[in-house]
Amino acid sequence: MQSLQKITSRFIPLRIENVDTDQIIPARFLKATTKVGFGKNLFRDWRYENDDETKPKADFVFNQKQYSGDILVAAKNFGCGSSREHAAWSIQDYGFKVVVSSFFADIFKNNALNNGVLPVTVTDAFLQQIFTEDAEATLTVDLEKQTITIDNTGASETFDINAYKKTCMLNGYDDIDYLLSMKEEIAAFEKAR
Amino acid sequence: MGKTIFDKIWDKHVVKIIEDGPSVLYIDKHLIHEVTSPQAFSGIEKRGAQLFRPKQIVATADHNVPTINQHLPIADQLSKFQVDTLIDNCKKHGVELYGLGHEHQGIVHVIGPELGITQPGMTIVCGDSHTSTHGAFGSIAFGIGTSEVEMVFASQCVMQSKPKVMRINIEGAIQNGVVSKDIILFIIAQISASGATGYFVEYAGSAIRTLSMEARMTICNMSIEMGARGGIIAPDETTYAYIKGRPFAPKDAEWEIKLAEWKQLFTDADAKFDVEININAADIQPMVTYGTNPGMGLAVTGNVPTLESITDPTEQQNFEKALKYMGLTPGQSLLGMPVQNVFIGSCTNSRIEDFRLVASIIKGKQKDPNVKTLIVPGSQAVAKQIIAEGLDKIFAAAGVEIRQAGCSACLGMNEDKIPAGEYCISTSNRNFEGRQGAGARTMLVSPLTAAAALLTGKISDIRTMLN
Repeated sequence: MQSLQKITSRFIPLRIENVDTDQIIPARFLKATTKVGFGKNLFRDWRYENDDETKPKADFVFNQKQYSGDILVAAKNFGCGSSREHAAWSIQDYGFKVVVSSFFADIFKNNALNNGVLPVTVTDAFLQQIFTEDAEATLTVDLEKQTITIDNTGASETFDINAYKKTCMLNGYDDIDYLLSMKEEIAAFEKAR
Repeated sequence: MGKTIFDKIWDKHVVKIIEDGPSVLYIDKHLIHEVTSPQAFSGIEKRGAQLFRPKQIVATADHNVPTINQHLPIADQLSKFQVDTLIDNCKKHGVELYGLGHEHQGIVHVIGPELGITQPGMTIVCGDSHTSTHGAFGSIAFGIGTSEVEMVFASQCVMQSKPKVMRINIEGAIQNGVVSKDIILFIIAQISASGATGYFVEYAGSAIRTLSMEARMTICNMSIEMGARGGIIAPDETTYAYIKGRPFAPKDAEWEIKLAEWKQLFTDADAKFDVEININAADIQPMVTYGTNPGMGLAVTGNVPTLESITDPTEQQNFEKALKYMGLTPGQSLLGMPVQNVFIGSCTNSRIEDFRLVASIIKGKQKDPNVKTLIVPGSQAVAKQIIAEGLDKIFAAAGVEIRQAGCSACLGMNEDKIPAGEYCISTSNRNFEGRQGAGARTMLVSPLTAAAALLTGKISDIRTMLN
């Protein structure tokens, strides 16, 4: 897993609530047996008319050239619905390192963390402040300090992440290594039940 | 202080609590399918690790399989490769597979309970958000991502932070024409598509106690649609009677031991919940969704909200976006609206009782000539039971074809899709944009309301069609 410490980047503002994982990556792309190449189909049906890459939908923010960056900022309840980790893979493969929202669905949040994409939960008011910034604005996310800052205004908030997950993200460790190291303990637990 | 049923089961499965971190939670049963497992198998292989407890895993092929001509090779090459990959992986790693053609094959959340694999007090996971279905048996069951599937492969454990607990009490008698699907759609409409995020939900109350196991499964199934980590219903005599005698149910002396354990699985009278919600069953009417998330639902006789009734500007924008997608206008009534498609199936409503309900409505009648149907049993066993009870003849006489088992048009992965711009009255669980096919307009309903639409070609109030 890629590690993440601190990032300063422009961002793509997605002012849509309840973005479900069917929108992030439609089911027809779930026939893959590997984790690679999902980025080009991220938000596929919101990006293109009739699934045609030559016909980008002009009103969708991903197709507006002024917006770019390694941070995605979305309205509340991001990542709801299906547990498909393909959603996290597509966001990571597209190039995002951080997703900011005022509220994340549980399964998506875990999936993102397990793929080195940091979900940053901010207050509704802070989210609205980010949304009022223009396309040139940058955000700085500092995982060590657990802060997110709007660089233009200096407005800043702290965010929650448990110490274990924070260490994993900072160092690029994953849970599976940890669990593999616990096998004897788990076998002992099984015996004692 | 007393404990909730959730706490009792959770605490028994904690191997270790990581300081200021998640718990390492032991998993009794791991269900897998073709779509969310291949990357986990290759991940394990890349690490040079073995599956830790392959005997606690059961596999089936459901999401990406055709629902006609299942005896033939799968025509779609990507789908075929994915299903073949599951077969190879299960063989290589010693995992029991109920694949296409096997008598136990079916939607993973239909076969688990039907085979007696799902039992009270267990922890159950699957790389599928509707794993919450199994909570109907008094188990902790929840959906996980593929990295977590790999974790369970590696260690039979997942890392989970303990969720908060919510109890939803539904008291009183349920109206005629209202079934469990309406109950859960009503709840989600009340608390919204994110209203239970961060919580595990216990469903309780006299209305829940009267429900059959299959009806309880429908309720727990859609817990995820309000964001809940899972749903749970304490086991009772209905639960034990359902499990007894099923292929993987405990037998003889083992049954008595298990039964005694299961009888301890209830929420203590003095247990505390983080949130408690009370619902009067008499307030629940047949429901239908009008928008693009399952929280956007109303009584079938009701009107779509008006723009003025929504105050938050972002919510207003989202509401307008949803209505535009659905081709509806604020304030309109849905009753009598023509529909082009009816889908009866999915892990929410594809069990034998669902087919009995539909058959009871369409018996001796003809389907509306303008309606296209996809009627898909949840498992081979359900398909067999439909024939054993003669329900197939009722469907055939009504002009309706019954397909073979699979997830089908619930998620539009196989060829069973709804054409763009058309409405689908659906017994499934999600009305997201494009869920049933690009541009498809899904309206979630109960099997009874679906049966009504099948006959009339319109959104109809089933209560006017009951004797």
